[in-house]
Amino acid sequence: MSQDLHYKSAAALASLLDSKEISSVELTQAIIDRTQAVDDRVNAFNSFDAEDALSQATQSDERRSQGGALGPLDGIPVGIKDVLAVKGQPLTCSSKILENFVSPYDATCIENLKRSGAVLWGRLNMDEFAMGSSTENSATKTTSNPWNLDCVPGGSSGGSAAAVSAGEAPIALGSDTGGSIRQPASHCGVVGLKPTYGRVSRYGLAAFASSLDQVGPMGRTVQDVAELLQAISGYDRRDSTSYKIDVPDFPGAIERLKGKKWIFGLPKEYFAQAGSAAPLAAVEEAIAYYRSIGCEFKEISLPHTEYAVATYYIVATAEASSNLARYDGIRYTHRAEAFDGKDSVDIYHQSRAEGFGEEVKRRVILGTYVLSSGYYDAYYLKAQKTRTLIRQDFENAFQEVDAILAPTSPNPAFKKGTHTEDPLSMYLSDIYTISANLAGIPGLSVPCGYADGLPVGLQIIGKPFHEEDLVAIGHTFESAHSYCDEHPDL
Amino acid sequence: MSEKPHIDIDKVADLARIALTDAEKEKFSSQLDSILGYIDKLNELDTGHVEPTAHPHSIENVWREDRTEAELPTSEALKNAPKQRQNMFVVPKVVE
Repeated sequence: MSQDLHYKSAAALASLLDSKEISSVELTQAIIDRTQAVDDRVNAFNSFDAEDALSQATQSDERRSQGGALGPLDGIPVGIKDVLAVKGQPLTCSSKILENFVSPYDATCIENLKRSGAVLWGRLNMDEFAMGSSTENSATKTTSNPWNLDCVPGGSSGGSAAAVSAGEAPIALGSDTGGSIRQPASHCGVVGLKPTYGRVSRYGLAAFASSLDQVGPMGRTVQDVAELLQAISGYDRRDSTSYKIDVPDFPGAIERLKGKKWIFGLPKEYFAQAGSAAPLAAVEEAIAYYRSIGCEFKEISLPHTEYAVATYYIVATAEASSNLARYDGIRYTHRAEAFDGKDSVDIYHQSRAEGFGEEVKRRVILGTYVLSSGYYDAYYLKAQKTRTLIRQDFENAFQEVDAILAPTSPNPAFKKGTHTEDPLSMYLSDIYTISANLAGIPGLSVPCGYADGLPVGLQIIGKPFHEEDLVAIGHTFESAHSYCDEHPDL
Repeated sequence: MSEKPHIDIDKVADLARIALTDAEKEKFSSQLDSILGYIDKLNELDTGHVEPTAHPHSIENVWREDRTEAELPTSEALKNAPKQRQNMFVVPKVVE
């Protein structure tokens, strides 16, 4: 029984738990066994505490035996990206500067998850401080794509995507600043959702770019992702940017919106650029499927698309340079042993030089430059204005269509080392995902086929706070195909 | 290396409080110049009458009651400090 458990959906596992065919301890042990069997090849986890997970599972089993199960996630292991605070657990952001940090409190989304009874499982690898698209910028280890171990899993939530894909966690949390949930989901053949900005509290999420960051769910089915989104969503007074708006029934939207004839927009700028890009064939088949069930399509224009990457790399690096100023070598980070004691600030210079990796340094330097005296208007203010134009492109498009379909990424997973010496080419690989962060709108990536033997994702971009639509649309495609039952050979 | 780098890397690294090696300075200068060259694309756009976006869904006046609440005890808050003594961070002497 137990070797079958690691590829079951969270929903299927919940019904096995409910009918008492399995216990959470058995399930958690099966996930631990699977992780121990494959993670020396996948390297998805920075760390995990098997004993702690089993003790959470024991508590879940006790609740259930007393008839007090807390809901569909009670007893289900959930992998956690190493960027979210879980009290008493390490939080490294895959950075040397936080290598010994232990969280003194829970992030709000983690508090919510604990309230759902989920078993918090491990610390998943990522690009350092979520800066990257391949997880190669981790100071801890390089994660492999479970479909081809020579390839990257995408990033920055590469550990989360790889763990879900490899059966090391049924579901996982990631974070998305410019595509960091959707792109690795696409590369690893799993489902990933970036919620609307403000839907999920950022309290306890180590900040990269505060006006773009969002925590979101990853899983092997759309329903599981909807269930995890349900558990973490909601207004939080500890995050002043979180939004006071009702949280609808996301998993229920699958039934409620079933059979709806959606009107989809196809942005001509995305498809013109895609040209002969490998993932396009699979995305076009997905479009043909929606057409075959009676959905309507309109060509739309997002005229400022070509400015999105430039806008993003100003806004994101500027905010990062400010956010990462807190890692100072004084209060809770690595501190350099050797520094010039006569220079009162050299301790910062040396601690940060030792603690930050190359990409983090590069972005902090760029962000510092664009915010520095004399350049603010030319760069940061200009980018915030361009951001308005990008947001308005989507507002205009959504007057005519319910959602937008596009590839998630211009390419399937690439070989390790491909872009490491050319940061700009790496940045350009986020071209289809970045705009949703700038506009603050939700996006879902669903597996829709293969290119060069590697999975590719269909991206569904929705109106602000319309994650229900994305879940219903994604599930419609998923349930008519078998991609969620196809797994890598490991 | 014939052109003068666009970024004064020493000045910016100092502002960013990061000590860079000579090799890093050289590498970052040329990489950041090419990134800035790409970013200059934004100057094609006339944004004279466009309002900047700071938050994609504008939220105004976020208030809460001004009440004291239980926060982390000092000992917990100091747990991750690289050096601490008597409920304080230990830092190098900066005045004579």
